[in-house]
Amino acid sequence: MRFHTFLLKYGEIGIKGKNRYLFEDALVRQVRRALREVEGEFCVYKKQARIYVDCEGEYDYEETVDKLKKVFGLVGICPVVRLAENGFEELKKEVVAYMDEMYADKNFTFKVESRRSKKTYPKNSMEISRDLGEAILEAFPKIRVDVHHPDVLVNIEVRDEVYVYSQIIPGAGGMPVGTNGKAMLLLSGGIDSPVAGYMVAKRGVGLEATYFHAPPYTSERAKQKVVDLAKKVAQYSGPIKLHVVNFTDIQLYIYDRCPHDELTIIMRRYMMRIAEHFAKEDACLGLITGESIGQVASQTMQSLAATNDVCTLPVYRPLIGFDKQEIVDVAERIDTYETSIQPFEDCCTIFVAKHPVTKPSIEVIRRSEERLSEKIDSLFAEAVRTAEVIEIK
Amino acid sequence: MREVYLDNSATTCAYACVGDLVRKVMCEDYGNPSSMHKKGMEGERYIKEAKEILAKLWKVQEKEIFFTSGGTESDNLALIGAARANKRAGNHLITSAIEHPAIINTMRYLEEEGFRVTYLPVDRFGRIRLEALKKALCKDTILVSVMYVNNEVGSVQPIQEAAGIVKAYNKNILFHVDAVQGFGKYRIYPKRLKVDMCSVSGHKIHGPKGTGALYIDSKVKIQPIVFGGEQQRNVRSGTENVPGIAGLALAAKTIYENLDEKVAVMRALKEHFIEGVTQIENTKIHGMYDETSAPHIISVGFAGIRSEVLLHALEEKGIYVSSGSACSSNHPQVSGVLKGIGADQEYLDATLRFSMSEFTTPEEIDYTLEALKSLVPTLRRYTRH
Repeated sequence: MRFHTFLLKYGEIGIKGKNRYLFEDALVRQVRRALREVEGEFCVYKKQARIYVDCEGEYDYEETVDKLKKVFGLVGICPVVRLAENGFEELKKEVVAYMDEMYADKNFTFKVESRRSKKTYPKNSMEISRDLGEAILEAFPKIRVDVHHPDVLVNIEVRDEVYVYSQIIPGAGGMPVGTNGKAMLLLSGGIDSPVAGYMVAKRGVGLEATYFHAPPYTSERAKQKVVDLAKKVAQYSGPIKLHVVNFTDIQLYIYDRCPHDELTIIMRRYMMRIAEHFAKEDACLGLITGESIGQVASQTMQSLAATNDVCTLPVYRPLIGFDKQEIVDVAERIDTYETSIQPFEDCCTIFVAKHPVTKPSIEVIRRSEERLSEKIDSLFAEAVRTAEVIEIK
Repeated sequence: MREVYLDNSATTCAYACVGDLVRKVMCEDYGNPSSMHKKGMEGERYIKEAKEILAKLWKVQEKEIFFTSGGTESDNLALIGAARANKRAGNHLITSAIEHPAIINTMRYLEEEGFRVTYLPVDRFGRIRLEALKKALCKDTILVSVMYVNNEVGSVQPIQEAAGIVKAYNKNILFHVDAVQGFGKYRIYPKRLKVDMCSVSGHKIHGPKGTGALYIDSKVKIQPIVFGGEQQRNVRSGTENVPGIAGLALAAKTIYENLDEKVAVMRALKEHFIEGVTQIENTKIHGMYDETSAPHIISVGFAGIRSEVLLHALEEKGIYVSSGSACSSNHPQVSGVLKGIGADQEYLDATLRFSMSEFTTPEEIDYTLEALKSLVPTLRRYTRH
């Protein structure tokens, strides 16, 4: 079947009152961005509380749908067949042909629903629905009408041309990116943090990210893996500014000065501080981590409190109540899982103690950090100064 | 920054003359050897010349040389092709426990096809135990495969003795040698060694990647493993990689010029490196390190440092080396070869392979030794608990 247009349905943003146009415009922008790399010419516009994508000439249907499915704010994607207005008899034939091609097995119930924006059309909406329904019913003996709970809803829109669609491909949901400011994601190479970034982006939040690498303990390949993950997330969230921080010197300094069972907690506190530094510099409104309660020693309630202690921006932890398998399920769905499980060491595990503290006291940790006072400020400044910025498109 | 490439057992830089020739064949003399016109004959001539070069180096007949996509395909063709073609004579195969994955994994595949495989143990220097080979031979044995030089620790196998034992037991048993690491370092004469098949690779001898050759004695029955246009007498179908084949042959010819001198230089560098590196505390050279081992491979364990960390620390100084075998080290796992030679637990995950080429200089070795002497103590200070 050759589709000429996509009608895009959006959910929540329809109810945002006077701000609605802001959300719609953001959505149009995101749709345009999503289709930028797709072969073909697309005309994206809003009209009567709907967004349309007209596809001019040849285009790749599969790829187009795939990209549209990654646009937050869309709840449904309807592939539309556009028919030239050649009189009602012709329309009946074409709609019957449409049904024939779309559905091999006709053993289902249906209903025709029509809208008529071209008021000069000789039939009104009720008549269009009734007469087309009759034509379909006559053409296919197995098909039945159910006006209350139809299996298939055949939509007819009479404009300058006649739009026919009956299929709704589920969209990504959420809100268009760019309508809720941006936040700083602490991105490791693991399974959780890309999912966390995805989930917050889904609510319309743009992303920046900070990655900590620790050469020679972590390799160039580990860094490449994080870049690859950021690219996957960026397919949903749009461009991500990725800050790559060389964390080795800070890590070794902590190792030299602090109790080894507190190493991970203190290290994470410095990661939060550095990420927050970049967040504030770039007007991010919060931090995002992939933490989930109790997953590892550094994610107990006490440990979370201890890392939270150093932040003044809110820290969003969208996976806080997720089990590992639930996180994996999302990771697989958004296609980050395969990349995440590549076996490269990340900087959180290189010096991990055999028995790290699981119930750190904030007071004790703060006192331990005092032992760093001599050099930590200059190391912090150096880490920030030498950070590399990678623009992920 | 200075760049010191000590990973020549993973791959080598191509000779400049090889690069020039490959480009010329690719862009100018690009005819398909199977084409009937003059342009095709040009291509055919490169293949013929390549066969002449290899036949001369190995003292074998030209018709006994086949070109493949590399060492791995040569090994696959030799093992699978010969095992299948000779399965009526028996179903038992023998190899060593420290072969390259191209052999080990092919053998595992053949096990699934119903063959029985014996993996010979090695001594602590990484040499197969000939006694074990004698014991493993039986009336069902049809094929024995042993590598020339081990790619991880550089041990050199007693090929002539092994082949002698096999042929004395039953002259019909085929003997295959994976000579990927030995080619270009040793003069290899299959007929004299009583070897029936021998695999080599282009990119380990300053030739192009994606090229390899397999010597198959004319008496050997072999089945193809890829099917197509019946090129290379239907042993290996597929349009010949003419630029690659020409490049491989030129590299082989070049590397064997003044071979003894080149090897002597590498051996001196190896001795110098071992002398220097063993001055660092708690290091261990795996395998033999006298002239019975390969001149270009040095496997060193550094107790207490994960090999990956030291590898990346050296990388920061522009020195490129391998941990374990580069061909399989995308999956960081403990080396089967080091286990096979009974290396101590503390070295299994703490060993680097330094591998040289004829282009390695004394200055580069000294620079590397200096780097190791400064890095190793620092890295040992920070460890996991």
